[in-house]
Amino acid sequence: MVIYGVAILAGCFLFGMFCGELIGALMGIDSNVGGVGIAMLLLIVVVDKLQKNGKISLPAQSGLAFWNAMYIPIVIAMAASQNVLGALTGGPLAIIAGIAVVLISWLCVPLLSGKKAKESAIEFNKNNAATGEVN
Amino acid sequence: MWDALKTALESNGLITGFVIVGITMYVAYLISNKLTKGLIHGSAIAIVLGLVLAYFGGVYSEGTKGLADISLFAGIGFLGGSMLRDFAIVATSFGANFDEIKKAGIRGISSLFIGVALSFVVGIIFALIFGYTDAVSLATIGAGTVTYIVGPVTGAALGASSEVIAISIAAGLVKSVLVMVGTPFIARFIGLNNPLTAMVYGGLMGTTSGVTGGLAATDVRLVPYGAVTATFYTGLGCLLCPTLLFILTDMIW
Repeated sequence: MVIYGVAILAGCFLFGMFCGELIGALMGIDSNVGGVGIAMLLLIVVVDKLQKNGKISLPAQSGLAFWNAMYIPIVIAMAASQNVLGALTGGPLAIIAGIAVVLISWLCVPLLSGKKAKESAIEFNKNNAATGEVN
Repeated sequence: MWDALKTALESNGLITGFVIVGITMYVAYLISNKLTKGLIHGSAIAIVLGLVLAYFGGVYSEGTKGLADISLFAGIGFLGGSMLRDFAIVATSFGANFDEIKKAGIRGISSLFIGVALSFVVGIIFALIFGYTDAVSLATIGAGTVTYIVGPVTGAALGASSEVIAISIAAGLVKSVLVMVGTPFIARFIGLNNPLTAMVYGGLMGTTSGVTGGLAATDVRLVPYGAVTATFYTGLGCLLCPTLLFILTDMIW
């Protein structure tokens, strides 16, 4: 059933958020630390186990796939509810510092990803070429 | 009749959001296919359209949530709010490869620390250029270039002035918007076409909305890898900026 997939996703999500809150509290900061990341890792492991044992039906997987595909529309809704006016009227220091930090970080990406990234790219694009466009 | 339409839209906000986003995406893909012949990805155009709508929403309502501050479009704010956004981000990991994440583990984690420290330093340099010399203001603006959440958290913890906190939030917003819009254009120049680089990217840039929005417009398969590191970034920033990084700043200035 579709709801099983959605429930697995929601369960992993809530467990991750719970862990994120705990980590935040342990660090003494009022913020969720890595809750989403933990939920993602958990979901990957859980779904992998279920798939290998044949315990997750196709309708259940489509419950997961639906929310996966809803990601881009949600991002657009997120973009539409950003404080763009605030960014543009924050004064020259805010705008210049914001632009500079992005440009400098972009320059550092190839330095940090290194040569291994090329191997990763070849493998990734070979394995997934057929399913390239999800939407 | 206008009242009936208004009530129908307002009292069903989330559903109205689906329609608005659907129309926005249709227009964006039309522009992508007809005007740019598919050169610029439809979702990149859709995100830019979303940001333009947010700008006009902000001008019209004088609020901070873009289009969502107009009551007719409040559902957009729920659809794009943190709960559904994080839920959908987690769903993108359906189909991600755990081995790829493990392979990039060390680089992903180190990029997180480097990303926070680098952004903090860049923010401080520009704050100095603009004439700020006290450690509290410097650290708050530095934290703002980390993300727009770390900025006010740090500013509040250190007792920075509201003007400085406002600058730190705005700097973080500029970063987030630029990453969202710029990622698809810069991707080919920085080799952003594989899980490892996407994880480094998430760790270095850190803004979850910017990284996941930007990666979605580049290649949606990369989203889970960027997200898995980026979601640790704000927490790490909130931890390091008001403590270790502030103490270092205070020692120098």
